[in-house]
Amino acid sequence: MISSKNGPWRTAGRQLIRNRPAMISAAAFLIILLACLAAPLYAHHVAHVDPLASNIAGTTVVDGRTADLLQQSTDGLGLGVTPLGPTWDPGHYLLGADNQGRDVAARLLYGGRNSLYIGLASAFVCCLLAAVLGIVAGYFGGWIDAVLARLFDVVWAFPVYLLAICLSVVLVSGGLHIGPLHLNAGSLLLPILIIAVIYVPYVARPLRGQVMALRERDFIQASIGSGAGDWRIMRREVLPNVLPTLIVFLPMMTALNMLTESALSFLSVGVQSPDASWGTIINDGLGLLYTRPVVTVAPGLLIALTAVALNVLGDGVRDALDPNARLRGGA
Amino acid sequence: MLGYTIRRIGAALFVLWAISVLVFLIFFATPGVDPAARIAGRNADPATLEQVRRSFGFDAPITTQYLKMMNHLFLERDLTSFVNRGSRVVPQITDALPATLSLVIGAAVIWMAVGIAMGTAAAAWRGKAADPVITLLGILGVSMPVYWLGEVINLFTQSRMHETVFRWVPPLGYVAPTENPWQWFLHLIFPWLSLAVLYAGIYARLLRGELIGALREDYVRTARAKGISERRILVRHALRCSLIPVVSLFGLDFGALVGGAGLLTEVVFGIPGIGHLTYNALQNLDLPVIMGTVMYAAFFVVLANAAVDLFYARLDPRVRHV
Repeated sequence: MISSKNGPWRTAGRQLIRNRPAMISAAAFLIILLACLAAPLYAHHVAHVDPLASNIAGTTVVDGRTADLLQQSTDGLGLGVTPLGPTWDPGHYLLGADNQGRDVAARLLYGGRNSLYIGLASAFVCCLLAAVLGIVAGYFGGWIDAVLARLFDVVWAFPVYLLAICLSVVLVSGGLHIGPLHLNAGSLLLPILIIAVIYVPYVARPLRGQVMALRERDFIQASIGSGAGDWRIMRREVLPNVLPTLIVFLPMMTALNMLTESALSFLSVGVQSPDASWGTIINDGLGLLYTRPVVTVAPGLLIALTAVALNVLGDGVRDALDPNARLRGGA
Repeated sequence: MLGYTIRRIGAALFVLWAISVLVFLIFFATPGVDPAARIAGRNADPATLEQVRRSFGFDAPITTQYLKMMNHLFLERDLTSFVNRGSRVVPQITDALPATLSLVIGAAVIWMAVGIAMGTAAAAWRGKAADPVITLLGILGVSMPVYWLGEVINLFTQSRMHETVFRWVPPLGYVAPTENPWQWFLHLIFPWLSLAVLYAGIYARLLRGELIGALREDYVRTARAKGISERRILVRHALRCSLIPVVSLFGLDFGALVGGAGLLTEVVFGIPGIGHLTYNALQNLDLPVIMGTVMYAAFFVVLANAAVDLFYARLDPRVRHV
């Protein structure tokens, strides 16, 4: 089916390529991704800074003169310090410094790596878990389905942020230790797993419905009649038929998971210091909002831009592959 | 209808129970985590730890621990914070409720009005210029971090343009409507708007899709054949049916927001609601407060869902027999 000249994948691919907004979004997403992957190049060869270490006493050069990264505040009583503002010079703190004297531009790129990594990885894990659970529930039916469907209902009824907060607050301070599995408290795998788990019902519920409908179709009944085993049917007959829906969910889930990560990091239960993500940088910028708004505004713009690109791309993929697929809320 | 009502309430009770077990397991039975140390807060002394162990029965079997926990939360309502010594959790939650309700109800009124108007307009003018604008607004709504939007609004209304356009905007915070209704309104107007922006676009997109589907239905063709004007068909016939899924989503979102999903908005605008309570508890890992707010949140979500489903069944009799 994949190799035939006008197979459904090929048709969908051609339709997606003709979809201009989707292609522009894909390009924008790739550019952001590549820029973030190049973070070490920027930090070491252009900006010459260490984005993770604080540099409170550091100086840089602005308009040919040496300037402190943290300057004596000029507001009010003149107490406290204000970090350097944007210099618009890539070699010397392009977007200024944060309250620990770290280069905001370099941190944005490094933070973007983590935000994108967590968003993409958790979307994959989530879709994988949801595929297994949704297919098993829909295919077997009976008590297996009853248990799994109830489980989806419970997680579905739980406000996602609160569930994520519960899991994070327990895990982020001590890490996760189950048998031979040890995850340290600062590990990025923790937010990835937490975010993946809380969104499983979003994907698994529609998949389960699809599989239940497929189960009644003639070609599945024929496989059962010809004596194929359950796992073989699920892998060879059911999975290829729900794969388009899974692919449709991927970009949208990546956007959603990235936003969730940023919210958790903002609440200090996501990515842990000294690691950065766009969410932690927004959090760092809170105290500086009125004096150095760029620290807050820039990462938020990047999150919004990335999420818009992923959502427009997701819309395009949906139109091409599976026009009926819907995330919660029809978005 | 009675049979359906009973079944629906039964299902809601089951979900509530399951959520309470889930929360309990997360906090008390996560492998490799000492729950007593967590509940006592950071750097607790041995006496406090001992007190926590006794109060929650950590040497007893896990079912007893669960029952003790539920007793503290719902029957005796004497769950106490160990970080802020002696402060009771449940009264804190009920005190915070009016601020949260003020925020969520106001935002809900705005987003439902705007969402329904935009969705109907997009369906009426589908394929015209207004349509992609509404689609874009919907995508922007799901793509912006809500707390960031709030920060940017604050940047303009509290600092950058405060001396000129936004002189009338009061400082961040909350005033009870019983104290001064006008100040209550002024304090909440931007929090309402920032929350409503996120939802209005989603609702408009959902409604647009439903309306376009409904306009192809037989009953719309019948109405057209009878010579009813296109506007009347849209508003009086198609919209009535298309609102059903919107109402059902509204139940989910409203419950989740009252339950604390509005947390980020409350934090950014300094509104002392349930979300703010959770946030403060998170800052010093005050677990009893977090458990309390989460359980009460779940309660609101399940309650709102059940109410919406019952309302739905009244609107659409087909639902009762599924």
